[in-house]
Amino acid sequence: MHPVRKQRLLFVIAGVVVTSIAVGLIAYAMRENINLFYPPSKIAAGEVPPNRNIRGGGCVKPGSVVRAKDSLDINFILTDGAADVPVKFTGILPDLFAEGEAAVVNGKVDDKGVFIADQVLAKHDETYTPPEVASMNQQSDQKKEEEHKNDQAICKGLKNGA
Amino acid sequence: MNWQWFHRLGSPRWFYEKTDAWVPWLVILAWGLLLVGTVWGLGFAPMDAKQKDSYRIIYVHVPVAFISMACYYIMAIAGAVGLIWKMKLPYMVMKSAAPIGFAFTIIVLATGSIWGRPTWGTWWEWDGRMTSYLVLSFLYLGIIALQNAFQSRDTADKASAILALVGTVNIPIIYKSVDWWYTLHQPASLNLTSAPKIHISMLYPLFTMIAASYIFFTLVLILYTRAEILRRESKTQWVKDLASGVPSKGDKA
Repeated sequence: MHPVRKQRLLFVIAGVVVTSIAVGLIAYAMRENINLFYPPSKIAAGEVPPNRNIRGGGCVKPGSVVRAKDSLDINFILTDGAADVPVKFTGILPDLFAEGEAAVVNGKVDDKGVFIADQVLAKHDETYTPPEVASMNQQSDQKKEEEHKNDQAICKGLKNGA
Repeated sequence: MNWQWFHRLGSPRWFYEKTDAWVPWLVILAWGLLLVGTVWGLGFAPMDAKQKDSYRIIYVHVPVAFISMACYYIMAIAGAVGLIWKMKLPYMVMKSAAPIGFAFTIIVLATGSIWGRPTWGTWWEWDGRMTSYLVLSFLYLGIIALQNAFQSRDTADKASAILALVGTVNIPIIYKSVDWWYTLHQPASLNLTSAPKIHISMLYPLFTMIAASYIFFTLVLILYTRAEILRRESKTQWVKDLASGVPSKGDKA
């Protein structure tokens, strides 16, 4: 390779490496802010700004969803296995919202530690299955659930994240 | 090491004449696979247990997303080759890749948004994946703008190549955003290290669409580059001969 070209190649590589390191450091410094939501354990521990709009995300605890009979009020518990956060919401939920599925809530934490949500989003997991296969899996899931009755519900959509 | 073969790749005329025969085959292959994949994915693949039929947008969203990121690397590598070897052809490829990549990125953002409304309950959320993807579309726009901002062709190409190279840092961020941070977007269903999270009956049409998209992209990139070659080489004898329909004089480049 011609020495001039070699030099230009090194310049190009150095440029890409240096900008990558710079952006990497910025992303590392801002890692808390890049997260879309707080996990329930941080909300329960009071590590979130009170009375300010934040997002929380976690698993909708199976059996925790309570719907009011005469209004659109709904109460449920968000969990990450380590801590539970009660959520209060009035409105229409997305179709994919369900117990044992992940959800992201937008709103404020009140003085009692209840998350007053003004928006609830469903978080889809990365699995795609036809209905027949899903019902077969569900049967085997139920068997597993009976074996691990004390385990916390695990949302597939929440495996990621720090 | 002998670099002669490499320098021959840099000849616009060589590229133009070589790809002449490829175009019809690529057209047949791309449209054939697109047709098969679309009919298979939309008509015959089973529906998803939770999302029902709305998941079928995956057959556009995911292949197009693959391409829009791969296109960025092609653009950046072409820019780097142009900067290092001062060849004309790579710069033409770089310029041609930008509007294609931009169009694909817009399709990804639009289809994702359309899918997000019924699935998540929102058109848009500023999470890591979506924001970094929006940045990708701005990078493509930046390259297109830079190409048009300079009087001098050479300056425009150098500036675009530098921006393209700096922007490559965004691609791994897009790819890993769903693993590094809490996002609304789900993690990847397809990756190299683990089994696919999509049922096999849904996966085959998806693979067909991914292959179709790659071939379609190759075709469009070649066509754009050929147009760019004619534009930039319009003063050379071989392009003049081509335009006037005179058979070219021998095979000398």
